[in-house]
Amino acid sequence: MSHSPSQSDENQVCVIIGASHAAAQLATSLRQQGWSGPIRMIGDEGGLPYQRPPLSKAFLCGEKDADSLIIRPSAFYEKHEIEFIPGRVTAIDRVAKTLTLADGSEQHYDKLALCTGTRVIRLPIQGANLGGVHYLRTLADVEGIRRELPDSGRVVIIGGGYIGLETAASLRKQGIDVVVLEMAERVLQRVTAPEVSAFYQRMHSEAGVTIETGTMVAAFEGEERVERVVCADGRFYPADMVIVGIGVRPNSELADAAGLEIDNGIVVDEYCQTQDPDIVAAGDCANQWDPRSGQRRRLESVPNAVEQAKTAAATLCGEKIPQISLPWFWSDQYDLKLQMAGLNQGYDQVVIRGTADSGCSFAAFYFQQGQLIAADCINRAPEFMLAKKLLSQKQTADMTRLADEAIPVKQLMAELTTSS
Amino acid sequence: MGRMTFIEHDGTRHEVEIEADKSLMQHAADNMVPGIDADCGGECACGTCHVIVDEQWFGKTGAINSNEKQMLEMTPEGAPTSRLACQIEVTDALDGLVVHLPEFQM
Ligand SMILES: Cc1cc2nc3c(=O)[nH]c(=O)nc-3n(C[C@H](O)[C@H](O)[C@H](O)COP(=O)(O)OP(=O)(O)OC[C@H]3O[C@@H](n4cnc5c(N)ncnc54)[C@H](O)[C@@H]3O)c2cc1C
Ligand code: FES
Repeated sequence: MSHSPSQSDENQVCVIIGASHAAAQLATSLRQQGWSGPIRMIGDEGGLPYQRPPLSKAFLCGEKDADSLIIRPSAFYEKHEIEFIPGRVTAIDRVAKTLTLADGSEQHYDKLALCTGTRVIRLPIQGANLGGVHYLRTLADVEGIRRELPDSGRVVIIGGGYIGLETAASLRKQGIDVVVLEMAERVLQRVTAPEVSAFYQRMHSEAGVTIETGTMVAAFEGEERVERVVCADGRFYPADMVIVGIGVRPNSELADAAGLEIDNGIVVDEYCQTQDPDIVAAGDCANQWDPRSGQRRRLESVPNAVEQAKTAAATLCGEKIPQISLPWFWSDQYDLKLQMAGLNQGYDQVVIRGTADSGCSFAAFYFQQGQLIAADCINRAPEFMLAKKLLSQKQTADMTRLADEAIPVKQLMAELTTSS
Repeated sequence: MGRMTFIEHDGTRHEVEIEADKSLMQHAADNMVPGIDADCGGECACGTCHVIVDEQWFGKTGAINSNEKQMLEMTPEGAPTSRLACQIEVTDALDGLVVHLPEFQM
């Protein structure tokens, strides 16, 4: 574990731009791997890294407070001499190895880590600047939402992706009327099979949420605050508040201006290295080469940010370990815990274990040319653990046996362990 | 102030001080105890904060919800006193607690 930086200079400075999931892990991993020089983390949200996932879940429900979101307490950073600098980096000079901050100050670096994440895509429609129109990415965003949240009344959510649906569930649980407007023909269209989309539409409608798919939003109307959402087909929905969740874009402009390669994010290899040997990138902003699939991929998840940060830290310490961990993700809505393993892009067959059209627990296994590539498990933790194991060992599974609930997951798992 | 001990698979011991209002997983993370990945940050979603509680302490670690139970049942190195560290609320009653870490988290 105690590996020291390849350059013997003990006072090399590592600067991390961004202060969220990737940055927090990168700083910690650097120390764990023996980085002895100064570590400085510059973030523009004003405070230390915090957990983003609860923003649309427990925090929006009021079940968690801001303090409990913090990833690690300030004492931790002090103890390990990780300095947090509030501020926004506006330029990188790769020749002089300096950064310029918005307040005009400069920071020198020997090694640089880009953990700039993503930002929300804004809806460029009429009325976009009215009061009561919100986005949901940062703690400040959700504090704003919570301050204005009507006791009763109606919130219209634009976008039926994970964040939109989690937000709908969290608000509905508080007794608020919720309408979700989705442009595609089904919710979660980009990320799941039709069976899973239909399941979530059913669960939301049973909870009293109205979901309108195939619906294009054209304008927000109102005096000073939004009062109505108008759709392209002329339908309209009264609204006391609007929350837009239509996706994010990587923060790669800084890297772009510094001459690094950009393609849907900052291009890095399997070691999280950019073309500049002194600069790594990790997390939502990084588009990483995956040697196993022979493709680049940019993922938006905490596990990915954490794994890439570990890889990037190792790279900075002169130890090259390719990142090949299994992608996974989770989503909480009502009492439904969705756990996903693998990536389902390019699937040609879906096998369902349990029933998707009644009850509230099943698993969907995705196959491509007979090979298991991913699984969505809803209130099915055992199936999720099985899928993680199958996928990380690159094993496939017999479709009929997977679908057969008479065979316990434990047995499928045991067969696997003995056959491998 | 109370203390707890994490013992790695290879026998390395880590003593940590009890801090109020933190889960056992958070104690491990804040003290850089290796071997607890905690990929989901404590949401009971990943199963990578598995610990095996010393038998005499198991009864004091609190209730196990069904989700945690299901995940633990599938953990390769699972034992009768297995827990997910993020689901253990640490109080002074756990002063002296000893937990063992599995060889791998999955
Ligand atoms: C509401 C919500 C719910 C989510 N739920 C889940 C979930 O259940 N499971 C899951 O796995 N993932 C979830 N995610 C996604 C997850 O939060 C992200 O994948 C993760 O935050 C990525 O971390 P990151 O460090 O790469 O980037 P970010 O979290 O985007 O952080 C980047 C930081 O860098 C700062 N920054 C950018 N540019 C600069 C600059 N020039 N100078 C200084 N600072 C800068 C940004 O302001 C930001 O603070 C959710 C996201 C949201 C918004
Ligand atoms: S930290 Fe993920 S289950 Fe405990």
